[in-house]
Amino acid sequence: MFSWTGFPVAFSGIEGQLGTFSSLTGPVLVDGGFSVPILAWTCNPKRESPAAAMLTAIGIIFLAAALAPTLNRLFPSFAHWLLALAPAGGFVWFAGQLATVVGGQPVAESWKWVPALGVELAFRLDGLSLLFALLITGIGTLIVLYSGGYLRGHRHEGRFMLFIMAFMGAMLGLVLADDIISLFVFWELTSVTSFLLIGFNHADARSRRSALQALLVTGGGGMALLTGLILLGTAGGAGSLSAIAAKGVDLTGHGLYLPILILLLLAAFTKSAQVPFHFWLPNAMDAPTPVSAYLHSATMVKAGIYLLARLSPMLGGTDIWFWTLTGFGALTAFWGGAMALRATDLKKILAYTTLMALGTLTMLVGLGTDYAIRGFAAFLLAHSLYKGALFMGAGSVDHGSGTREVRELSGLFRAMPLTGVFIALAALSMSGLPPFLGFIGKELIYEGLLTADRPVLPVLVVSILANATMLGAAGLVFVKPFLGAPSKAAAHAHEGGLTLWLGPALLASLGLLLGLYPSILDGLLGQVAASVRGEPLAVELHLWHGLTPALGLSAITVALGIGFYLALRPLTAGLAGLQRFTRFDADKGWDHILNGLDALARAVTGQLQGGVMTRYMAIIFTAMLLLLGATLWFRQALVLPAVDLHGQWVGLLLGIMMLVGTAGAMRARSRLGIITALSVNGLSVAMFFITYGAPDVGITQLMVETLTAIILVLVLAHLPALPKGPDRKPQAAFLHGILALGLGGVVTAILLAIIALPLPMTLSQFFGDTSYLEAYGRNVVNVILVDFRGFDTLGEITVVASAGLGVLALLKARYAKPKAKPQPGPQTGEVA
Amino acid sequence: METIMAFAVGGMVAGAVYLFLSRQLLRVLFGVILLSNAVNVAILLVGRLTPGQAPLIGQGQEVLGQGLANPLPQALILTAIVIGFGLLSFVLALVYRGYQELGTLDSSQMRTAEPEDAV
Repeated sequence: MFSWTGFPVAFSGIEGQLGTFSSLTGPVLVDGGFSVPILAWTCNPKRESPAAAMLTAIGIIFLAAALAPTLNRLFPSFAHWLLALAPAGGFVWFAGQLATVVGGQPVAESWKWVPALGVELAFRLDGLSLLFALLITGIGTLIVLYSGGYLRGHRHEGRFMLFIMAFMGAMLGLVLADDIISLFVFWELTSVTSFLLIGFNHADARSRRSALQALLVTGGGGMALLTGLILLGTAGGAGSLSAIAAKGVDLTGHGLYLPILILLLLAAFTKSAQVPFHFWLPNAMDAPTPVSAYLHSATMVKAGIYLLARLSPMLGGTDIWFWTLTGFGALTAFWGGAMALRATDLKKILAYTTLMALGTLTMLVGLGTDYAIRGFAAFLLAHSLYKGALFMGAGSVDHGSGTREVRELSGLFRAMPLTGVFIALAALSMSGLPPFLGFIGKELIYEGLLTADRPVLPVLVVSILANATMLGAAGLVFVKPFLGAPSKAAAHAHEGGLTLWLGPALLASLGLLLGLYPSILDGLLGQVAASVRGEPLAVELHLWHGLTPALGLSAITVALGIGFYLALRPLTAGLAGLQRFTRFDADKGWDHILNGLDALARAVTGQLQGGVMTRYMAIIFTAMLLLLGATLWFRQALVLPAVDLHGQWVGLLLGIMMLVGTAGAMRARSRLGIITALSVNGLSVAMFFITYGAPDVGITQLMVETLTAIILVLVLAHLPALPKGPDRKPQAAFLHGILALGLGGVVTAILLAIIALPLPMTLSQFFGDTSYLEAYGRNVVNVILVDFRGFDTLGEITVVASAGLGVLALLKARYAKPKAKPQPGPQTGEVA
Repeated sequence: METIMAFAVGGMVAGAVYLFLSRQLLRVLFGVILLSNAVNVAILLVGRLTPGQAPLIGQGQEVLGQGLANPLPQALILTAIVIGFGLLSFVLALVYRGYQELGTLDSSQMRTAEPEDAV
């Protein structure tokens, strides 16, 4: 289904016409243009791999998302099978790239997206991306099928499919993206779709809270990501990750290293729920189970891990990198493991074990030794497989028995044998017991810690404890619910349909098969390790390593784990105290932060928007005064004028009259008095125009002034008189006076500054020179208005016409009035 | 000359701002008139003042002579006066209509959109 041989022929015509396409690696959009790349793709005949394949894989998944609601309405019984074809097709294509990528040859494709900013839509498939892409499309296929069974008959099944397919496309884009802006866009898309999925049961207030919490935490990280990536691009001197790596700028010695590291770690830690941002992940379990299985264990939460791994060759190796990652990673791992033992909801148990896995992966990237990186690759795969299976299995238990509460479940095995077997297989892999893939992962984790080049004994101890809790948690999810005498809930439990056990079956069996024949993975995981390391690193997995120290640690872990499970009751009592200190506090702290933000916003709004117009005006004028004043001051534009009043008596008289009119308008108490004072002002202005060579302007001013006076008198006759006495309190009058004088002073200062500069006469010269010769008018002002700037005049007429229409509407239109005329005063505000 | 007028403009602006800050909408309206005048004077001012000589091309001449007033600010002011007048009419109608609907010209009592208890 991914054959593109037809396209070069189909698009050769376009290529010929535009003439610029063929010489470049991909289709190029005309400079500065924004166009949808998908419409313009073509294939490069020189390359083996079809040039648009990755874009197509992502595009098809998004397309399937868009079609999901319709398909679901048309074929409610098998729409999920149709939809699953999209990720399945992608999986097949990615699997087909295995040979190329394992051969050490990454596949790349790119389109210009915003050429002016150097932004590309660029994809690159190397070992790390390929492993993620296979997990996303492979587990994605199973999840889509599983969702079909899990949500059968749900009113919003189509909507759910839309969200989860859209997430899948975004996640695939994220792990394939090479360009930093593309990476950011897909990253944010996963946050948004995750929000929609967690809040899928939007009628439930808790779901809404969890969804918002996840969005704000990961979205905040997204902002850090954007800033960090842009800084990274600036420091690295390129716009794509591979180009930055290829340039080989020493980023760890760069001045921007610390800001870049902090921002990108913030992004990764929020996305991958590392302590102290861990609290959103257990809450995200309010989402339907397929979402938990897919987003919050196998894929999205690993986006942060992916980012760390991707950046490790560029930013890794420093002390701060090492200690931050191992420290927070180990803390998260331990915390998750401890809380898993205390939880009793199957999904919460699994969520906490996911925290443990995410912490461990972070720690391994931080350690950065050969073994740690090999362990990272193996554990990443092992965890995705068993955790996907366990979540889907937990969902089936919920579906079949009606509860996920382990205290109410026992002896389920009789009713749900298939699910039981697969959960058992996955739980064994999670416990890190041979011969499962999880065992190999755990051995490599220990090898990594034992070979660390810094003193990591505390981390090692914490890691052993965390791994031991996995054994206890495995007991909680398999032994407790499935073995023993059937409980009440187990009595009427039943096995789900094919789609419900297909996923767990495949994933759990893979965990066993790959554990038995781990060398199959050597090639792919070797490339993953090479991506994380930045240089080739061979991986040879064996189930049996011989009698190594790591094996000894494994034995201790198993013994501890069994102990944990047996001593669960006293242990949980002890953990209760620990829990009170952390997750709930982080969760409560979150509420405090949000409430504080609300209160702050309310206080600021209350101050700035008190609903009193004079205050708004005062705020605006104050801002204006400060900005203008500061500009004048810092630009050193203040000019002291030389005042020479000799022979200036006309101007002096006019100025004084203007000010007399102004003062009168301010002082006068009666309306007629004010109009008279304004007329004095307006007429002085008209006289001023006439005196200084602007008779046209003067005449217009006179006419407008007269009209204004007449209209004002006519309208004021219908309005009440101004109230007697001052219209503001003395204190307000004082402040307003200062503000008014300040602004007046600033305006004067600006005018003086302008006058002190030479006047550019280019335009006036042009109008004077061409007015008669080209426009045949001797009155230059008129010619400017009706000819040179005729469109301005048209605009002016339009404004006046609009104002006229507005006046007409205000005066003539009749509104549907409420029956009782609103009372004047504060109690007018009964507005719905 | 320009210096004197710069101070006059400043004074008019100060008066206009003070009127704008009143609760009485009629005073705000008067502030609008005053501010329009101030701005128009300022525009002519920054184009420099030339006593007496209008920018006309005399009979028998083809280009504007030297020493005449700057034509460009005048064209701008003409536009500004007319638009200022349109604005004034609209504000006046708004005040009038507001009084008809709400029965007051005091802006602190016009709180339909932002009632006191909402803050």
